[in-house]
Amino acid sequence: MISPSGRVTAILRRANALIVGLTLLLSGPLAYAQTVSTNPAAVPSFKKLDSIEARVQGCVTCHGQQGQGTGNGYFPRIAGKPAGYLYNQLVAFRDGTRSYPPMNYLVAYLPDSYLKEIAAHFAAQRPAFSPRSTVPVDPAVTARGQTLATAGDAAKGVPACIACHGAQLTGMQPGIPGLAGLRPAYVVGQLTRWRVGERRAAEPDCMKRIASRLSDTDITAVAAWLSQQTPPKEASPEPSNLVRMPLACGSQR
Amino acid sequence: MQTKTRIASAVVVLGLLAAGGLYFLHPGFLPKEKVASRAVGNDIISRGEYLARAGDCVACHTAANGPMFAGGRAMPTPFGNLYVPNITPDDDTGIGRWNAAEFYRMMHTGISRDGTLLYPAMPFASYTQVTRADSDAIFAYLMSVPPVKQKNREHELRFPYNNRELLLGWRTLYFKEGEYKADPSQSVEWNRGAYLVKGLGHCAMCHTAVNALGGSSESKAFEGGMIPNQNWYAPSLTSNREAGLGEWKEQDIADLLQVGTSHHGTTYGPMAEVVYNSLQYLTDEDAKAMAVYLKALPQRDSAPLPTSQARLVSPEVIEAGRKVYAGQCAVCHGAEGKGQGASYPPLAGNQSITMESPVNSIRMVLNGGYAPGTLKNPRPYGMPPFSHILNDDDVAAVVTYIRVAWGNNGTPVKPTQVNDLRKILPE
Repeated sequence: MISPSGRVTAILRRANALIVGLTLLLSGPLAYAQTVSTNPAAVPSFKKLDSIEARVQGCVTCHGQQGQGTGNGYFPRIAGKPAGYLYNQLVAFRDGTRSYPPMNYLVAYLPDSYLKEIAAHFAAQRPAFSPRSTVPVDPAVTARGQTLATAGDAAKGVPACIACHGAQLTGMQPGIPGLAGLRPAYVVGQLTRWRVGERRAAEPDCMKRIASRLSDTDITAVAAWLSQQTPPKEASPEPSNLVRMPLACGSQR
Repeated sequence: MQTKTRIASAVVVLGLLAAGGLYFLHPGFLPKEKVASRAVGNDIISRGEYLARAGDCVACHTAANGPMFAGGRAMPTPFGNLYVPNITPDDDTGIGRWNAAEFYRMMHTGISRDGTLLYPAMPFASYTQVTRADSDAIFAYLMSVPPVKQKNREHELRFPYNNRELLLGWRTLYFKEGEYKADPSQSVEWNRGAYLVKGLGHCAMCHTAVNALGGSSESKAFEGGMIPNQNWYAPSLTSNREAGLGEWKEQDIADLLQVGTSHHGTTYGPMAEVVYNSLQYLTDEDAKAMAVYLKALPQRDSAPLPTSQARLVSPEVIEAGRKVYAGQCAVCHGAEGKGQGASYPPLAGNQSITMESPVNSIRMVLNGGYAPGTLKNPRPYGMPPFSHILNDDDVAAVVTYIRVAWGNNGTPVKPTQVNDLRKILPE
């Protein structure tokens, strides 16, 4: 059902080590909780019992009431990501093709139609972004990150993030997530998982091609630069533009 | 005159009859009969599919994302990993060369086609109750699914458990073969429920404690126990202190099984899996029959329940628990723990909260959980995880609080108990 925990923690540890290299202290997903959360966005609450809002209370302590994310750096913002992307992830978590035990467990027995509804709900949310990361990073690292994100690395065969994830990093319909508002812990974690084959997407898996060409330093750099960008006011995904995509991605088919 | 008239009318009548006959006998004019939607031979297959659902074959015999019934799924046991076999009708790697009699012998006695003894992870101790007719129907259904060529994996059992000879001893101690015999002193409904619970439903696999040898005794039937390797506690079905089904309405029991939620409690974890893969497909009649039987199980622990242990808990812990409850839990479960219909289960007067083992309550607070999405409840409500928000002391305090508040008669929980479960990955 779920990949051996040892392997997951080893990968997370490796990802964590990278982040510590970023001089960030990561409170990882399996880390020990410190205090009762005082973040109101992470506390269950709803207006009407018979509503999708009440039904997705199972998501809010990690992803926030509107999917804006919470204080924990590992849990991603899911608000405003394309519904197709969110649905693909929920199905992958349910079926075990994307491994993250807390999510695998939560959605294990939910039918497709409901996962679609949950995805559409969070895709429609537009909450404000949390304040961006103010962690000082070596300018050389940030510069490398900016190059990768905005121009790519032709020598390595790595296209720019913005080529697919949108000029404003707000994602592209139907299947490419926004990167705006994601924190370095999550970005490093996912790129690392992709590189080691722990995370996969529909074939052709463009992110696999990209992640396998990135070094640890590249991953750290791009995560750092992304986290320092100010998200746009209107953070909706761009319309689908298959013609323009530098690599073929199964999730866009 | 009269004779002429008679002859004439006879001729007319005969003529009409002949015309009618011609009309009906002409191929193009055959009266349209409703064509049966399925050939008769398929009835047994449909019945078999239903029974296979009731037996939840798919849960073990299908690997995650693997082809249906092709096996290969690892089943962790205290003795090492078992790998579930392929039961698709593939001739070489599945059960394609089996016949109905061999299939029945396997269901009834736990002996495979080639004579090897099956490990009791296959619930043949329950399936032995299944009738020959039902076994034949399940076999017919399995023969009708697409064959998948996939070799079975060898089990990875530790010495000495890898020695199948041991099964002879196990069978002597713990296995009694025998088809279900109706109890004439009980209703037809009760008997149907008993047959499903004890036979295909194989509820005893989890709800009866297993000992160190992986055996369970008749005398302990349905008294509850920890599910090996899953770290969930399957509550006793016979004790009013645990599932307490004796005090439930039949409809609530039927709902819990078939819908996955009820006004009395909700299924999560392993039971949610059973509902999702199996029980949601039961007919209303069968769900009700199971409820009738379960409600009538001999009720142990009829002694008065212990009084609340609240007085044994330090006021500081109660206060810490109350604070967490008010901040994180009350919005769904209510200030008084009454819950909200079948959406958010009640915590007050809910035996699954107060029963001796706090494992399930602690796990729910740490990992949250969604009720299964079922035909009758396709958009279930869920509870979020709190493991990253609450530390061991907080979780112990809030679980203690819900176990003793509102007149609940549970016992306090220690932070170390929380910590043990925190280390386990949710499943």
